[in-house]
Amino acid sequence: MEYIKLLGILIVVLGFALRLDSILIIVSAAFVTALVSGVDIVTLVETFGESFVSNRSMTIFILVMLVTGTMERNGLKEASSALIGRVKGATAGIVIASYGIIRGIFGAFNVGIGGVAGFIRPVLIPMATATVESKGYKVNDNHLEQIKGMSAGIENISWFFCQVLFVGGSGALLVQGTLANLGYDSELIKLAAIEIPVALAGVATGIVYYYLRDRRLCRKYYIKEK
Amino acid sequence: MAFFTSPDIPMMTKLLEVVYIIIGIICIYTAGRNLFDRENPSPWGTSLFWGSVGIVIAFGRWLPNIVNGSLILLMSASAILRLVKPGQNLTPTAEQTKARFEKIGMKIFVPALSIGVFSLIFALLGGNALVGTGFGVLVAMILLFAYSRDNRPKVFFDDAARFLSIVGPTSMLPPLLAVLGTVFTVAGVGDVIADIVGRIIPQGNVTAGIIVYALGMMLFTMIMGNAFAAITVMTVGIGAPFVLNYVKDPAAMVMLALTCGYCGTLLTPMAANFNIVPVAILDMKDKMGVIKNQILPAAVMIVFQIIYMILIK
Repeated sequence: MEYIKLLGILIVVLGFALRLDSILIIVSAAFVTALVSGVDIVTLVETFGESFVSNRSMTIFILVMLVTGTMERNGLKEASSALIGRVKGATAGIVIASYGIIRGIFGAFNVGIGGVAGFIRPVLIPMATATVESKGYKVNDNHLEQIKGMSAGIENISWFFCQVLFVGGSGALLVQGTLANLGYDSELIKLAAIEIPVALAGVATGIVYYYLRDRRLCRKYYIKEK
Repeated sequence: MAFFTSPDIPMMTKLLEVVYIIIGIICIYTAGRNLFDRENPSPWGTSLFWGSVGIVIAFGRWLPNIVNGSLILLMSASAILRLVKPGQNLTPTAEQTKARFEKIGMKIFVPALSIGVFSLIFALLGGNALVGTGFGVLVAMILLFAYSRDNRPKVFFDDAARFLSIVGPTSMLPPLLAVLGTVFTVAGVGDVIADIVGRIIPQGNVTAGIIVYALGMMLFTMIMGNAFAAITVMTVGIGAPFVLNYVKDPAAMVMLALTCGYCGTLLTPMAANFNIVPVAILDMKDKMGVIKNQILPAAVMIVFQIIYMILIK
């Protein structure tokens, strides 16, 4: 009857898959696991307190928020778009690739520059479509759709694989906490260093793929019309 | 107070505790702001959430575990009952930020990068990376104040409270998942999974273990839509018994497994924030338009990482 201990895991998997409230899933999984494993309620509440306190490091992002919002207020987004605007002879693919590199660097320094709602829609997409219009073409509908998809894609790829380079990022802190539960020590700086090849490969894959894809789309939709 | 004056406790430990007290104060400030925010539809629930987590973060070291645990459950309850709401939206207008950019310009990148630089320097010098983060934030605040006298402490705290209110309870998922991981370990859940998986892959075949661990992370993340939730479960069940015991650097394996999970995040509509919400924000026609653009990079990266993990095992 050892298998009944897996009930908690089943709750986590089903709960997230059914899009239930995340905190509800976690708390119920903890209670059910404790119940079926004979851990009493006081011990469980104490474990909650002790474990949360020893994992307080994962709330460091709150400290960073002291400046995140104020940097946005002081023109960080405008400065980033000015930086991308300096790239000469741009195509939509080059604009997206430049953003991928900048997003990756900022990701490694744990700085956000607005994401899809704050940067890609208001700044990046207009910059990308302007590269087509400046050559005298009207932007093809399917090309526009793909520019949007690739922009959101590079946002995700650069952010996912570069945020792990930040020493003290939430991913590494969760890994450190998970390892500590199992009795392994780990250092945040080593966790970041091990990801360097992954970050470089991730950004390189993203920007090369989107650059080539955009070039193919441009040939398909515009050069033919001449 | 004895904690801070005691000569037996290392300086870094004291400074880290100061960092936690500041984080706690930001949460408590957020609680206070929302309590008196007339535009917040749920001022009490929102304050309860940020207030209880703030107390645990700031003073948890000195409180009994039963008190900390009860406060965390109180925090969870207010989130589960959907009582936590963002209040008044104080986002700066485009005119405001544009005017500041014209004044400050590219110099804004200096504070932006200072946080990461100081985290790295502190870590390299053998100090605590998180204290470095705190130091970097302090430097960034001083620079921002030097650029414009409008950036007073109240502005920093208000902007932090604004961002915290926007991200809401979701931001507490990583520490709560770590708590769940502890409960799983205490209950012995890992042993049971290891027993089941052990019938399929033999313990000691590290290469097979790595492949199952990496692909499992990707697949579990696709099903759950959240790599953080997947890493807790997969590491206790597969990582520990089949990989970690047999490799030179167990920490590297878990870290890379997390980024294998991110390949899963790129492929699933379950990760709605990243793959479905952008479709709406960008007015795209194809609901899967973002995911389709991520299939090839995700496939390349999972293969790359599995090979990398096998090479450094």
